[in-house]
Amino acid sequence: MYISFISGLLFGLGLAVSNMLNPQRVLAFLDVFGTWDPTLAFVMGGALVITVPGFTKVLRRKKPLFTATFTLPMKTDIDMPLIVGAVLFGLGWGLVGLCPGPAIAALVSLDLNVVLFCTVMLTSWWVTDRFIPNKQRQPDA
Amino acid sequence: MTLADDMQIFQGLLGGLLIGISALLLILGNGNIAGISGIVGNAISNPRGSAWRWLFIIGLLCGAALFLFINGSLNAVFPSFDGRIFLAAALVGIGTRLGSGCTSGHGVCGIGRRSVRSITATVIFMAVAIMTVAIVGR
Repeated sequence: MYISFISGLLFGLGLAVSNMLNPQRVLAFLDVFGTWDPTLAFVMGGALVITVPGFTKVLRRKKPLFTATFTLPMKTDIDMPLIVGAVLFGLGWGLVGLCPGPAIAALVSLDLNVVLFCTVMLTSWWVTDRFIPNKQRQPDA
Repeated sequence: MTLADDMQIFQGLLGGLLIGISALLLILGNGNIAGISGIVGNAISNPRGSAWRWLFIIGLLCGAALFLFINGSLNAVFPSFDGRIFLAAALVGIGTRLGSGCTSGHGVCGIGRRSVRSITATVIFMAVAIMTVAIVGR
């Protein structure tokens, strides 16, 4: 279980080192038609260089190192919730440049607007789970 | 914000590699997907059954705090108070729950698994976010 702490630690450090905790840096990447900043592409590229070959190798194993089974998303079809959800998320992300990982990690700044953003985001997660039950929603994608 | 210089590109790549290693460790060790919206969303919906999720979240905060401690600053300009914060946070919250993932779950891990759902979601939210910035500005 301690591995999840190490994983979280590296994730938070990676976000901070790459300046992805800075919404202005993220918005500058999304501003393709303005003064474009390619940083996020290098962050995503750096992560995928590890995960694309790495996941393929790991998922060939019978089981993970410290637990009994892999907990993977089961859905494989492109359905309406996926498309509508991705559109809504894209709108919100483009508005202020914060997505869930950086928003939560940036709480360490104690910036009140980040705290406000996270409070509303957490409430929305909780409300969505309560009122739009989706039995097939994958565990942790 | 000016265009990124070489140092910024290098730090982006370094940070990306750390994020990739983080996701790989979690799947190799625990068999879980490092998707932040899923981990945090499920932790608050099911607090008792989420020990590994809380540990991940504490780690995430410690990682950012470690950088803050060493560097002295997060080098970030956060949004100023504005109605947009409420709207954006609600859209990000509802969207990532409906769509079962965000930049980490679909982008970093889902593409890693070569999941067609995740690749589709990533293309859609990137395109919509780019259009949003093009229309609303930053």
